[in-house]
Amino acid sequence: MNGAGMVFAWHFVAVAAISMLVVWPLARARWPWRAPGTGILLWQALGLSWGLSVIGTALAIGLAPYHVGVLPGLARLGADLTAGRLPAQIDLLRLAAVAAGLGLAARLLGVLAASVVDVVGARKRHRRLLALVAHDDPDAPGALVLDHPAAAAWCVPGIRAQIVVSAGALRLLDRSQLAALLSHEQAHAREHHDLVVLPFVALRRALPGIGLVGDAVAAVSLLVEMCADDWALRQHTARPLAAALLRFGSEGSLAPPRGALGAAEEVTSRVLRLTGPRRRLPVPVRALVVAAAAVLVATPVSLFALPS
Amino acid sequence: MNRLGELERAVMEVLWERGAPATARDVSRALRARDLAYTTVMTVLDRLTKKGFVQRERMGRAWSYVPAASREAYIARLMLDALELTGDRDAALVRFARSVSNPEAEVLRDALAQLEASRRSAKGGSGRA
Repeated sequence: MNGAGMVFAWHFVAVAAISMLVVWPLARARWPWRAPGTGILLWQALGLSWGLSVIGTALAIGLAPYHVGVLPGLARLGADLTAGRLPAQIDLLRLAAVAAGLGLAARLLGVLAASVVDVVGARKRHRRLLALVAHDDPDAPGALVLDHPAAAAWCVPGIRAQIVVSAGALRLLDRSQLAALLSHEQAHAREHHDLVVLPFVALRRALPGIGLVGDAVAAVSLLVEMCADDWALRQHTARPLAAALLRFGSEGSLAPPRGALGAAEEVTSRVLRLTGPRRRLPVPVRALVVAAAAVLVATPVSLFALPS
Repeated sequence: MNRLGELERAVMEVLWERGAPATARDVSRALRARDLAYTTVMTVLDRLTKKGFVQRERMGRAWSYVPAASREAYIARLMLDALELTGDRDAALVRFARSVSNPEAEVLRDALAQLEASRRSAKGGSGRA
């Protein structure tokens, strides 16, 4: 029957399978810690390629009778639907597959949009409250201080990002530890790390209860922290930053937070990475990873565009 | 912080300080050192009401204003956001380190003790050299 069209579908299935099979080992691999920026790039490529190929699979199955690529096929289907004449091979099952593909695309984009709206709203509320109760402090240049005894430091991302530390954090850290912490937070602000994490958090919201997605969120969040740690190391030595991390972690919190299992593991892996010998991933290996990421994204994209 | 933001903060501080309903007249009297026009105080109180930080009710011919929540409540809310105690991990803020439950904190306390011990011995070593 329609060989060429189904070949597309199988290609998409293969890409989707590869991107899913890679998640489990990649989430547990240590080598990305040696090049966190490159690791993040690979995760982004995986996420994008997975989404495109799952959507692509459904569309390619539905549009196979046209014997053209997915996008040309969609255009043909649109034209046929408006003209009110469907080819006989486009039966109800084919239409259902197309609807499933478009539905998934709409769901993923919709959840991403909803996450953006929520995050922007939460930040706005947070900033409004900060404007009322936080204050400048000569001990923490460039940051706002919040009078609370528990230790916390965070960045409210945005065009004009705001770094905040609690009075508890100021008491907990000495001068060099605080300086290292502030420079870590400035890295988050400057490099817009929130935009890196957001799509993964949105994906988890779109597909709740899927362990692989949770793994990806945790891995990306940790890599983002490591990127900021590396940035801080340009101006500070590793020891005060590691000490600041340990002091924070060992402070304990107001109450054991939900779902924070593994937080200690995260802190310890960052500390070990900072205090151990610094081993960057060799440039050829990094280039290889970047190339793999490019192929991962390019394959489903080209499958969408190519006519058969 | 912009001027309006700074005024909002000053007005909130007056209301928090006072601990009782205040009219715009009371607020502008408390802020007389700033030499503000009465209408400016009215505008700021109006903005704060719209934002939900202040509640007002009629008292005779004037409105009287009270803070919607205490200063401590707002600080606590910000800390809960920051320590991720409000829900699951979201992408609204970027934290320095995730907060840690108590058994985990033990592990971290030990690691900290070790790190600080090693620093002391390193300092001691260089001192003798």
